[in-house]
Amino acid sequence: MGILAEFSGPESLKAVAAELRQAGYARFEAYSPYPVHGLYEATGRRRTLLPWLVMLGGTAGCLAAILLQWWTNAVDYPYIISGKPPFSLPANVPIAFELLILFGALAAFGGVMVLCNLPEPYHPLFGCAEFRRASADAFFLSIDAADPLFDLKGTADLLRALGAASAEPYSRPQTERRVPGYVKATIALLLAAALAPPAYIAQVRFSRKSSPRLHLVLDMDFQPKYLPQQHSPLFADGRAMRPPVAGTIAAGAAIDDAHLLRGETGGQPAELFPMPVTMELMERGRREYDIFCATCHGLTGDGDGATSQVVVLEREEPKWIRPLSLHLPTVRSQPAGQLYQTIADGVRTMPSYASQIPVEDRWAIILYIRALQRSREGTLNDVPEELRKQLESIHDDATSYDDQN
Amino acid sequence: MSTIHLDDNMTQLPARRARLVLGKADCAAVTETVCAIVEQKRTPPAWYAAFAVSLAATGMFFASIGYLIFTGIGVLGNNNPAFWAWPIVNFVFWIGIGHAGTLISAILFLFRQRWRTGINRFAEAMTIFAVACAGVFPAVHVGRIWLVYWLAPYPNQMDLWPNFRSPLLWDVVAISTYGTVSLLFWYLGMIPDLATLRDRAKSWWRRSLYGLFALGWRGSAGQWHRFEWAYLLLAALATPLVLSVHSVVSFDFAVSQLPGWHSTILPPYFVAGAIFSGCAMVVTLAVPARGLFGLKSLITMRHLDNMNKLILATSMMVGYSYAIEIFIAWYGGNPYEAFAQLNRALGPYAWAYWLMIACNVLVPQLFWFRKCRVNIWLMWIIAVLVNVGMWMERFVIIAASLARDFLPSSWGMYKPTAVDVMMLVGSFGLFFTLFLLFCRFLPMVAMAEVKTVLPRDEREKSD
Repeated sequence: MGILAEFSGPESLKAVAAELRQAGYARFEAYSPYPVHGLYEATGRRRTLLPWLVMLGGTAGCLAAILLQWWTNAVDYPYIISGKPPFSLPANVPIAFELLILFGALAAFGGVMVLCNLPEPYHPLFGCAEFRRASADAFFLSIDAADPLFDLKGTADLLRALGAASAEPYSRPQTERRVPGYVKATIALLLAAALAPPAYIAQVRFSRKSSPRLHLVLDMDFQPKYLPQQHSPLFADGRAMRPPVAGTIAAGAAIDDAHLLRGETGGQPAELFPMPVTMELMERGRREYDIFCATCHGLTGDGDGATSQVVVLEREEPKWIRPLSLHLPTVRSQPAGQLYQTIADGVRTMPSYASQIPVEDRWAIILYIRALQRSREGTLNDVPEELRKQLESIHDDATSYDDQN
Repeated sequence: MSTIHLDDNMTQLPARRARLVLGKADCAAVTETVCAIVEQKRTPPAWYAAFAVSLAATGMFFASIGYLIFTGIGVLGNNNPAFWAWPIVNFVFWIGIGHAGTLISAILFLFRQRWRTGINRFAEAMTIFAVACAGVFPAVHVGRIWLVYWLAPYPNQMDLWPNFRSPLLWDVVAISTYGTVSLLFWYLGMIPDLATLRDRAKSWWRRSLYGLFALGWRGSAGQWHRFEWAYLLLAALATPLVLSVHSVVSFDFAVSQLPGWHSTILPPYFVAGAIFSGCAMVVTLAVPARGLFGLKSLITMRHLDNMNKLILATSMMVGYSYAIEIFIAWYGGNPYEAFAQLNRALGPYAWAYWLMIACNVLVPQLFWFRKCRVNIWLMWIIAVLVNVGMWMERFVIIAASLARDFLPSSWGMYKPTAVDVMMLVGSFGLFFTLFLLFCRFLPMVAMAEVKTVLPRDEREKSD
């Protein structure tokens, strides 16, 4: 609360402001419908800090722009443009300039808001009907009751003596209009609803999901094209996938050899190989086995390949199912055709290798597996005469090596 | 004093300052004149008619944008080699229009041109609406508009950053800075006037809405002191900004290597052209607005006369730039450059070139004559022609240069489609819709500023 006095014009307002200051009043304020030069100075207050704020803002904007361009284009993701160095200042000037202006302007606007204590939705003066003319054509001066020299009668008399046309007390209205509860509830509800999207984003960001991520913009996820096995009204048979034209065959589709392609003879797994067994095929089998099979089944077929070693020794996965040893009696007794079907179609946890290993190579691998299996039953007598000596010397070396350790 | 009538502000006398407000020149009269437009119960039928047409065009604008987004960029006439075509012509045109607002509000403020107070508010409004229209075009023209946020530097899963050395990115930063600063400048200047409207409001709704945007302004000495500093500082920031914005827009062209674009004259040439077209748009809008809303006492013939002089001055700068382009094309000795200039004047788009020369260089010469500068109808027609000419200038620069580059094998022609035309017309609809809403609901003239330029002896007679 306080006293509001009306004066005739800017000059008298300036004079009164100076008088009040002389008299020792501190908490008074002059109001005019347009900026009156000299009035603020007459109230004896310090010049505003705003220019410094704007300078700070502008400097911050310029530095931020340089830093941003340096970090993004020269350090984090260096762009080479026309052979220029990644950080080339002249090309960074436009952005630095614009951000200098932007931050400076934001500082000017934000500064005037903060320094003027705006927005200020309520002020006791808004309750005075006369004060509404202050923004059109009237000149007012108010003295706050909190001023140490304030005295309801004395101050009003002083103002009248200084030429005030009127000097009336003003105060906060006794009955205040409160914001209704439903308005508050609605605002609270809207604020809570506004939290939902960031909460969802955070939940997605920090949790694992097996379903595909939420895709707001579908881009090319859905294309107007036929996928395999789809229906198409364009053809009489309703199939989008077209059978070959009558009288033609697709490349690679000509051979229908149950033994070679499916490892069958007479509906049963084949015992024999569909091709001549040669040393060349054996070598090829060894090479392919070492590439595709050895990682799990081991180089000697004991089921102790590198994958198995890593999983058992390092990860200690309790659920790991060891690859089968190829030397188990159940595997040894399998006919060649069954081994072929295992490679081609997969079995238990072993997937099909049909897409990686061509048909001939699968038979070559089976031949090599047969050799590995046979090697476990062999005796020295099976070794050709001229190689026995060599084998014995290797054995001796190995034994002496073991003894030394 | 003198034998001249008090309200004659067109006669120059050294001993007397020309009045900027005619008729009753006190605070109450100014407040009444400006607020009456906003407070009138019955909206003028002309306003409704204009608003209906503008709103329909705005609807067409957004409908064609929707069609463009859902169908694809192929609905526009853009082709190989004219990849930029009309959307960029419209973009540069609208950005240029905006420049006069900042010139009047910031540059003339720094030069202490007191007559600016009558027209600065709606010139600034014009700036903001023009920038809004301009911003739409590059955004919808990128094709996949939903990925337009890729322009912003934000950490992303692609581990990529925008290339800050591309003029196209400078453009994004310059235009968004310009839009923001113009809006702040406009709004800050309007706060005291919104407080006036709040204090005069009769109904609770008006009082609350104007009160909300007036932010509790009371016009205390301390508030005015900071307000004036902020206004001065914003003007000081906006002045180099306005010069930079169209320079940056011109970099989109000048930094490329296309003959007709690759030229150092482009930045000053673009800035002059922008202010030229903007001043013409101010006159185009001011002439009907002052008649329709009874603002002839605040936007006087002296204001329009000054604007027309600005149009004449900037027209000469633009004409000089055209001449220098031709001179450099010959003096520089680059055969491609020479061909590009010849092609503009004599090639397939020669009609656009000569329309541009006629509207931008020849027609404004009429403003040398005082009779033309104070003739309402003539000045309006000239201003509209300047707008046409400035649109043609951008069309010549963009389409004619792209259609005829280095290799004849890659030459082509550009033809607009119906959607192109609908988007251009529709952008005018958006512009006028926003402008009409502004005229009806916001103070069209900066009342507090006009009060400071009233004759001192009359200003304070009000009470």
